[in-house]
Amino acid sequence: MGEGIRELRFRLTKRFGAKTVLDDFALEVRGREFVTFLGPSGCGKSTALNLLAGLIPPSAGEIWLDDARVDRLPPERRGFGMVFQNYALFPHLTVFQNIAFGLELRGRRQAEVEGQVGRMLELVQLPGFETRYPGQLSGGQQQRVAIARALVIEPRLLLLDEPLSNLDAKLRLDMRAEIKRLHADLGLTSIYVTHDQAEALSLSDRVVVMREGRVMQAGTPAEIHDRPANLFVADFMGYRNFFRVTVTEAKPDGSVRGRTGALTFAGRGAARFNWGDPVVVAVRPEDLALTEYEPGENVLWGVVRLTEYLGREYDLEVRLESGQVVKARLPQPVATGSTIGLRLPPDRVIVLPPDETTGGLAS
Amino acid sequence: MSPAPAPAPAARGPRVGPGLLLLVPSVIYLLAMFVYPFAYGVWLSLHPRTGGGLSLGNYLAFLGDPWQARTIWITASIAVPNTVLTVGLALVMAYGMRRGVWLERTVTTLLVLPIALGTVLVAEGINGFYGPKGWLSQTIQALGLADPPRLTHNYTGVMIALFVQHFPFCFLMLLGYVSGIDPALEHSARVLGATPWAVFRRVMWPLIAPGAAIAFALVFVMNFGVFPSAVLVGQPAGATRSIAIAAYQQAFEHSDMAMASAIAVVMGLCQLLGLAVILGLRARMAATGAATLGAGKR
Repeated sequence: MGEGIRELRFRLTKRFGAKTVLDDFALEVRGREFVTFLGPSGCGKSTALNLLAGLIPPSAGEIWLDDARVDRLPPERRGFGMVFQNYALFPHLTVFQNIAFGLELRGRRQAEVEGQVGRMLELVQLPGFETRYPGQLSGGQQQRVAIARALVIEPRLLLLDEPLSNLDAKLRLDMRAEIKRLHADLGLTSIYVTHDQAEALSLSDRVVVMREGRVMQAGTPAEIHDRPANLFVADFMGYRNFFRVTVTEAKPDGSVRGRTGALTFAGRGAARFNWGDPVVVAVRPEDLALTEYEPGENVLWGVVRLTEYLGREYDLEVRLESGQVVKARLPQPVATGSTIGLRLPPDRVIVLPPDETTGGLAS
Repeated sequence: MSPAPAPAPAARGPRVGPGLLLLVPSVIYLLAMFVYPFAYGVWLSLHPRTGGGLSLGNYLAFLGDPWQARTIWITASIAVPNTVLTVGLALVMAYGMRRGVWLERTVTTLLVLPIALGTVLVAEGINGFYGPKGWLSQTIQALGLADPPRLTHNYTGVMIALFVQHFPFCFLMLLGYVSGIDPALEHSARVLGATPWAVFRRVMWPLIAPGAAIAFALVFVMNFGVFPSAVLVGQPAGATRSIAIAAYQQAFEHSDMAMASAIAVVMGLCQLLGLAVILGLRARMAATGAATLGAGKR
């Protein structure tokens, strides 16, 4: 579809008054890549997308598409496609007219427009909806039309701004698969903005985790998921148990041992550490398993304070002797009030630099 | 065994019940304060002072007298251009301010002031500023630029007065309409290749038009009834002798209530004709799906 791009490069800063919402955000996106900007609201991810689209001007920076600088072009001359969170379909136009909008502005012949719109409706599985108005469609159908409208102009770059967040859970999964299929089948280059880590992991070739206008980590979904570089990314990726410890051993292969009080841990270091460094040990609830071993390295004993049944699993809150509460997700039920042992597999335990400003850290 | 008979279809429409009694006070009020005087006026207009029972004599006399019939043309020549000007400028300004502007609250407060002050004060102000001895004339004279143009006690004076009175209301109404349109529509149109002008023509105008039609209708009706401004800053014996002035003169200078009523009915019919044209155009636009809007900013 269309001529693909080889590369998108940008370096952008955006200030609103005294507030810097995007601080020298730089990235190179390869042709046909699917990149996601992931972060909580206010992290600058939507601002970055609007800057790329040309809807707001950057305070500083450049955008290069292959060998052409595009940041000074108005949005209508960039040739991008954009899908909005609230669909932004034109309410006074039919489905056909909505999809044909971009083609008509480009002066295409009526016969060509009809053919293209028809093909697009097939592609998003909505043939026969030509004469409906957006108000007569469900949310999922509206989003399909919005995607068709963005794709019909054969965009050099597809920008998606939280396109699934207004849909219900089941539809969201269907549309997620649909977007992934379209991206692959049409050879698109896509940038996707979301606050949902599952969406980011399942769709992307590369995930850029953002916070307060800065990149916290960029990498493949597996890298982000399994080897978060800092507490913020770990917290965002579902690590719920954090222990402040002091390094007692750091090997060249990256394995790190640490201790706090009676607890000792072994895990993988996210960075180089030295003996005596203060660090944080992080582990996911689902990586904990029941054990009969005595308390020791990577084995924690505590009293079950709360059990929640989730259908297939049980979420537990276990209070350690130190007073800290550990969250575990187990396949088997455990009675509230019982004393249990939990084992932390060393390859699932990560050791991170301490970051005092990160929320979610158990005190 | 034959199947059970289908249940009788449920009664359609609102249920009639004792709740309707709650309507009685407002119905009485409407009958006494609007329907009766209006019907009485129509009845009066059909009974000329000269006697002779039911006749169209008053209407024929009004329309047959060029001096009187001309007031329809005079009024229309004030009301129509003024409405176009007011709605047009209000639309341009509201469109420009749709994303908010610096000191927006102050600007809108200033605009609302003429509504609060009332017609007579506004007319006084216009005389004080634009009049022969007003600030504008004096400034022009002091600077020795040119002979100051005559801006009051003529057609121009009435145009200025009506604009000052009706622009704020029209602007605020349109601003509510325009700022109620989701900015994402504009953004998506831009990204799809539309220039700012194409965005206005293809997306924004179809969505604004129904609201603009209502604003046009209201300003037109108010303009067509022009009276105090036509007297205070106009030329009530000549260029701005509006149809309302003609009715006033019949009622209170010639004490001919029947003739005055006939003139008032003619005026009402002219306003209804204007409304019918405007709303007819609006209905055609709505039929193409243009009338879909969320709540405005104010």
